[in-house]
Formats: sequence, C-alpha cells, structure tokens
Amino acid sequence: MFGRVFSRLLHAAAVLLGVSVAVFFLVRLGGDPTGLFLPPDAAPADLAAFRHAMGFDQPWPVQLGQFLWAGLHGDFGQSLRYGQPAMRLVLERLPATVELSAVALVLSVLVSVPVAIVAAQNRGRAFDRAGLLATLAGQSFPAFWLAIMLILVFSEWLGVLPPSGRQGWRSLVLPAISLAAYSTAIITRLLRSNMIEVLQSNHVRTAHAKGLPHGSVIWRHVLRNAAIPTVTVIGLQVGGLLGGAVITEQIFAWPGMGQLAIQAISNRDFAVVQAFVLTMAVVIVAVNLLVDLTYALLDPRLRRM
Amino acid sequence: MRFVRHFLRERLALVGALILLVVVVCAVASVHLAPFDPDDQDILARLLPPGSPGGDGTHWLGTDALGRDVLSRIIVGARISLLVGVLAMAISAVVGIGLGLIAGYEDRYLGRMLMVLGDMQLAVPFLVLALAVVAVLGASLANLVLVLGLTNWVQYVRVVRAECLVLREREFVQAARALGASVPRILLRHLLPNVASSAVVISSLLIARMILFESSLSYLGLGVPPEIPTWGGMIADGRDYISTAWWVVAMPGLALFTTVVGVNLIGDRLRDLLDPGLTQLDG
Repeated sequence: MFGRVFSRLLHAAAVLLGVSVAVFFLVRLGGDPTGLFLPPDAAPADLAAFRHAMGFDQPWPVQLGQFLWAGLHGDFGQSLRYGQPAMRLVLERLPATVELSAVALVLSVLVSVPVAIVAAQNRGRAFDRAGLLATLAGQSFPAFWLAIMLILVFSEWLGVLPPSGRQGWRSLVLPAISLAAYSTAIITRLLRSNMIEVLQSNHVRTAHAKGLPHGSVIWRHVLRNAAIPTVTVIGLQVGGLLGGAVITEQIFAWPGMGQLAIQAISNRDFAVVQAFVLTMAVVIVAVNLLVDLTYALLDPRLRRM
Repeated sequence: MRFVRHFLRERLALVGALILLVVVVCAVASVHLAPFDPDDQDILARLLPPGSPGGDGTHWLGTDALGRDVLSRIIVGARISLLVGVLAMAISAVVGIGLGLIAGYEDRYLGRMLMVLGDMQLAVPFLVLALAVVAVLGASLANLVLVLGLTNWVQYVRVVRAECLVLREREFVQAARALGASVPRILLRHLLPNVASSAVVISSLLIARMILFESSLSYLGLGVPPEIPTWGGMIADGRDYISTAWWVVAMPGLALFTTVVGVNLIGDRLRDLLDPGLTQLDG
C-alpha cells in the first residue's frame, strides 16, 4: 500500500513537472515572449529592460531552470494589470471556482447514481429509455447555450433566480446546473452500462440463487463492482468541470479563476494565464491522485499491492 | 450497403442520419439555400421576431441586432462547425492511431512516455489549454483546428494501443513477422484493419465534442475571426439582447444542439454495432 502511494506521488510530480515545462515552451512558441507580458504600445527601451529583467535574453535552458526554480518558490511573475503577484490573484479566485465545480460534481453524482441504478434494473423499459434520451441531450448541450437559456427562463421570464453574481445559494443554482449537465449524462451512461454488465455476471446469479434479498445483491455485489470504473470517470469529470467552469463563470459573472483567466487573455496579462494553467493542473492532479487511492477502498485486491 | 441498411434499422440512428444529412446539405449548398445574404445588414430591420416579413422574403427565424437574417446565418454557420469538427477529428485520428499502433506494437519507452503525456493532457482541461494557446498564437481558423486536433488524440492512443498489445500476440501477426514482413507493413496491413472499427466509433463521438469545443471557443471570441458566421459567435452576439430578442440566441443554439445530438446518435449506433465493449470512451 505504501509503495503504491509513493509511486502515485512520483507519477503526479512527473506530470506536474511536464505541465510546467509545457507551459514554459508554450509561452515561447511565438518566439520572444516579451510582447506577451507587456502592453502592445510599450517603448522599445522598456521592452529591452523587461527582456533583460526576466532573463529572456538568456539561453533557453537557463531560462527553463530559472522558471522552474521560481515556480517552486511560488513566484510566477507580476500581473501587469493588477501589479500583484499573478499566483496570489489566481489563488484568491480559487475558492469560488472550487465551490462551483464541487457543487456541480455533487449534483451530477446525486442525480446520476440513482437514475443509473433504476435504469440498469429496468433495462429497455420506459424509465430506461427516457433516461437514455435525457443523457443524450445532456451530452449534446453546448454548456454556454444551456446557461444562457436557463438565465432566459429562470431569471428573465420567471424571475425566480438571479442571473449573475455570487450571493448566497440562489446564485449558485443556475451555474451549477448548466455546468453539471454534461458530467451527469456521462456518469449516468457509464454506471448504467457497468451495472448491466455486472448484473449478468455469474456471481450475481449465484447471489440471487442463494436467496439473498434483492437489495443486498444490488448494494453489495453489483454496485460495488460497477463503482470502480465509474469512480475513474468521476475523477476525469473533475478536469472537465474545472475546464467547463471557465465558460460558466464568464456567463454568470461568477468571480472565479476562469473569469480572471479570460480577462487576463484580453488584457494580454500572460503571467496570470500561466499561473492559472499551473494551478488548474495542480488541483486536477491532486484529485486524480485521490481517486487512485480511493480504489484501494473499493477494491480490496489493490490494498495488498 | 448491407451495413448501411443494418445501421439504419434502428429508428434513432435513422433520425441521427437525417439530421446529419440536413446539416451537410446546409454546409455544402449554404449559398444557394440561405434565403438572405447572411452578411446583409439592415438597421431598420433589427431584432425582428421569427416570421416577420423582410425585403424580399420572410425572416423565418427573425433577425439579429444588425438586422441580419438568423436562418441564413445558421445555414452558413453549419460550414464552420462541420469543417472544424471533421478536420480536427482527422488530425487527432491520424496522430492518435499512428502513435497508438507504434506504441502498442513496439511497446517500450514510447508507450510509457505517451501515457505520461496523456496524463499531462488530462491535467490541463482542454478549454484551458486552448485558451492559453490562442492567447499566445492568436485566433484563426487554422490555429483552432490545430489546437483541437493536437489536444484530442489521447483517446485514440489509449484504445488503439490496448488493442495492439493483444493483437501483437495473435497468430496472424506472428506469422506475418515470421515471413519477414516489415514493421510498417505489419502495422498498416495487419493491425490497422483490426483497430479500424474502434477508431470509427471514437471518431464519430469525437466529432460531436469537437463541434461543441469549436462553438465554445467561438463564443468566447477565441475561435474563428468574428466576421465569419459561426453558431458560437452568433450566440455571443445575441447574448446582450436576450431580454428583448431571445431568438437570436436560442436558434443557433438549437441548431448546434440538434447537430450534436445527430452525430451522437450515429456514434452510439456505430458503437453498438461495431464495438459494444467500448464503454470506457465517455469522459
């Protein structure tokens, strides 16, 4: 068990190092990155001074070393627009994004798990078919359009929920629903098909034949086996949710990191974009690490490894 | 032909095929089908509700804030959605299948390296990556297709590599190798046909996601340049007029939604027919 945790930690560190290196090269994709960090009308002397101060005139292996070293110390440069450390700006916005994504994830799981359990046991009947059509729709909604349509119906026409901002749970309802639609559909589909597969397996037939009550067969023998691949996908959805939050935040004026990043792009405030991408990567890698370790709880075979 | 007939036997697949047919016809013949010039502005006829009479016809889906015909713009907008969806999918498929075949057949460092690379991509949500790339390189049709294409090949690698690892040990591959077939020949003549059906399924589902991604980026103003009509761009344009003219946002979104439903229906049917085991693709 300890070895497994250690190797997963090592892997996570490798992934984060890889992402940092990728961000480093991404910034330099268009050649000299000085222009990305300064306003377009900056004077040539300022450009040169900045280039020298940032070390952009050094050979790139030196730059990469400096970049990673500074990153290890939490230094990702100054935001041009706000004149503050970019990482601090991003971290200030992190709680709002995490709140939105976490609520959306909980909503997805709360809806998808019961629906999948009932649908799998009633395969081909009306409930199952309706569920499949609903998941098809959930999978096909452009999230930003769904968000605007929800605003139209619930804020403009019915006037029951606020269209933007972050004040209390009421302002969370519409963003969470529009963000959760896709992952709800994906989790439902997957858990349903996994459950159908497990329901047909020999050990379930045996459990039924032994005369175990139906509920306990479903809980102990079917759901537990079907949960393992589903947990992987739930973990993968976290990345999708955080990514999707970028656009959801933009539409609902939700003060999270995504909104900050989009503003940063239009302000050419690249230090913030950089800090944002790396923060995102850290959160997602941490969640996937957690998911990996959750397997051990679900699957006793892994505890011995 | 028999496959096509078998494919269409299910009602939902037929619906999907019909939707896609309509979208393709719109994309190909957009200039002739559009009742109005999609770029024709008329400030006097702005934000007309659906069904309003226009200069020489009816604005069936109303007009937008610049008085342009919404239906015509939706028809023309189908071009970008399909073009970007198909091109980006094709790039992903070529890169992903190629790397998957090599990594699965040779399986040494490349395979492991690709898995780390895949995890790196998972750690940076696609939309975030696309934002960063577009911020550096600027927004254009070519950049959009490249970003989408080069960030979505991981799914192919995972599936193709896993299948190749199994196929590699089968007799026909061993026999080909014993007969002295070159590695490219084994990969292309013996392995590729056997992974083709999975690849087709992935491709169809990927197109749907690419279309959604393209529209999201266009909505944010990071996709195609704004003067080209796209569904995502139309929704962004109409966002400010939602309280007075809901159709400007609702209609292109409906077109987008219907198209993606159509592609997904076809993808689901292909999966059922070709590769029922591929449930792990979602997500």
